[in-house]
Amino acid sequence: MSFLYSGGKVLKRILLAIVGLVVIGGGGFLWYAWWPGIPKISPPAAGSFPAAKIERGRIVAAQGYCAECHTRTDLGGGPELAGDYRMVTPFGDIFSPNITPDPETGLGNWSEAALRRAMHYGVSRDGHHLLPAFVYDHFTKMSDADISDLYAWIMTRKPEKMTPRPNGFPLSITPRIVMAGWKMMFFTPGRYVNDPKHDAQWNRGAYLAEGASHCGSCHTPRNLAGAEKTGHAYNGSVVDGWIAPPLNATNPTPTVWTEEELFQYLRNGVAPLHGPAAGPMSPVPHSFLSKIPESDVRAIAHYFAWVDHAKEREAGDTKALATAMEASRKDLTGFQTDPDARLYQGACAACHYNAAPSPVLGRPELALNSALWLNEPTNLYLVMLRGISNEEGQSGVVMPSFYKALSDKDMARIAAWLRRTRTTLPPWTDLEHKAAEARKLVEQSPVNASH
Amino acid sequence: MITFRLNGRDVSLDVPEDTPLLWAIRDDLGLTGTKFGCGVGQCGACTVHVGGRATRSCITPISAIQGADVTTIEGLDPQGSHPVQQAWREIQVPQCGYCQSGQIMQAASLLKDYPSPTDEEIDGVMGGSLCRCMTYIRIRKAIKQAAELARNYGSATEGDSSNG
Repeated sequence: MSFLYSGGKVLKRILLAIVGLVVIGGGGFLWYAWWPGIPKISPPAAGSFPAAKIERGRIVAAQGYCAECHTRTDLGGGPELAGDYRMVTPFGDIFSPNITPDPETGLGNWSEAALRRAMHYGVSRDGHHLLPAFVYDHFTKMSDADISDLYAWIMTRKPEKMTPRPNGFPLSITPRIVMAGWKMMFFTPGRYVNDPKHDAQWNRGAYLAEGASHCGSCHTPRNLAGAEKTGHAYNGSVVDGWIAPPLNATNPTPTVWTEEELFQYLRNGVAPLHGPAAGPMSPVPHSFLSKIPESDVRAIAHYFAWVDHAKEREAGDTKALATAMEASRKDLTGFQTDPDARLYQGACAACHYNAAPSPVLGRPELALNSALWLNEPTNLYLVMLRGISNEEGQSGVVMPSFYKALSDKDMARIAAWLRRTRTTLPPWTDLEHKAAEARKLVEQSPVNASH
Repeated sequence: MITFRLNGRDVSLDVPEDTPLLWAIRDDLGLTGTKFGCGVGQCGACTVHVGGRATRSCITPISAIQGADVTTIEGLDPQGSHPVQQAWREIQVPQCGYCQSGQIMQAASLLKDYPSPTDEEIDGVMGGSLCRCMTYIRIRKAIKQAAELARNYGSATEGDSSNG
């Protein structure tokens, strides 16, 4: 009996301990999860910010591409910064909020402290947790001074009354407290701290790349919960169907992304060897990084040349370039009987043929371009289907859209032939099927058939 | 509304944004020197310059050239005396002539990239510009002569205000 009695007592104590832990843990979680609302303010008068501060804020907003994800692009577009940008995620569509200073539907009655808390902790003015599609995992690194300048810029924009569409299922019904659990597991708030092992330029680049410019948001793969995978920084990912290539030493292009190549690409939208920016990357140079101080873009380029170990790897570039230039002329001269080479010659070579010693700017050299060296042909296909407009890629020049000109089979033939003749990598597989899949990503043909 | 520069003047067009540039040039702007060949970017007859670079207009959507600088055969040189055009006349390259405006635009673009083109460079760049009359031998000869004219009389890019 005494055994049973004492056994019961032990069980009771264990149960009590568990209940105690749950209460303390739950209380702790609630303490972690609960944020107070920050009182509303009357929208600050536009004249209350000095012009120099607003200009600094414009630069911060450009470094962070705010307008890109806070401006509607579907349904014929929307007013800048008024939100309702549709972001397709595995958890349903997310529609971004209005960040113009409209008091009812935007940030008009947010104080600077409210904006700072949102950027640093992912918490809205009223205390609810924000979805991490708003990349506070990066913005948390931004300085108070930058956010203060950003606030001045936002509050002096034109207010627009607009409410975004509701988020898709299941996000529309997920209690926001769930986000606190997500944050506990995947989010570490904290400002950027200078690394004394590196110089000021490196630290400036790292501050921007890891913070406001949030490069990892597209170029680092995400886990099942949608958080950037730790230990996989800049290994590359997929965004809107496009492959966002690796930014570290696993980037597969035969010549290295040197500081100069990176700078040209990020500043002007085209790198002499690696070619033009296309797809979701195109606005990064054209709408934003071309409009901030050049030294900041240099710093980002400097930082990524460190991330991808350019200095250690670039010794092979001379040979890689010579090999690529030799490949560029393959099967294009003299009498040709290979039908795939003929197809390439008719459709592509007039613009993509290059002669040694190095490519002409405006003749993107495919033998050097990541589109041929990635594990999948997706980017190659998407560029063939969509083309590149005057406003994308290299300014002033365009690539036509082959949507109506090449069948899936034609695209597969060109892809296979290019991979075989312009790279040293194993062939892509299932190419025709993948061409059809890529075609589905392009909602409609950019160009009507002229034939 | 799409606005761009055509042969140095500003133009605006209210056409569907998937309209092929070729149709805009020929039907809406009335410049018929640029020809329709295959309609699938495989023959080069419709070649114009966008931003100074040879571009197949039959598969280029008008939306893509918003703000761009377009040059057609009519605007390559105000007097029709671009070195390529001079050489074309001297050697009497055209036979039926249908593909020739595309050939000339492609050749003018070739000379910007390769001012003294080798046979191989001519093959690489011009290989996608087809001529059913088989004037290829005269085209090659004229390109070399044009290169020489351009060297003697200045840049091959004159008259084409844009740059690549």
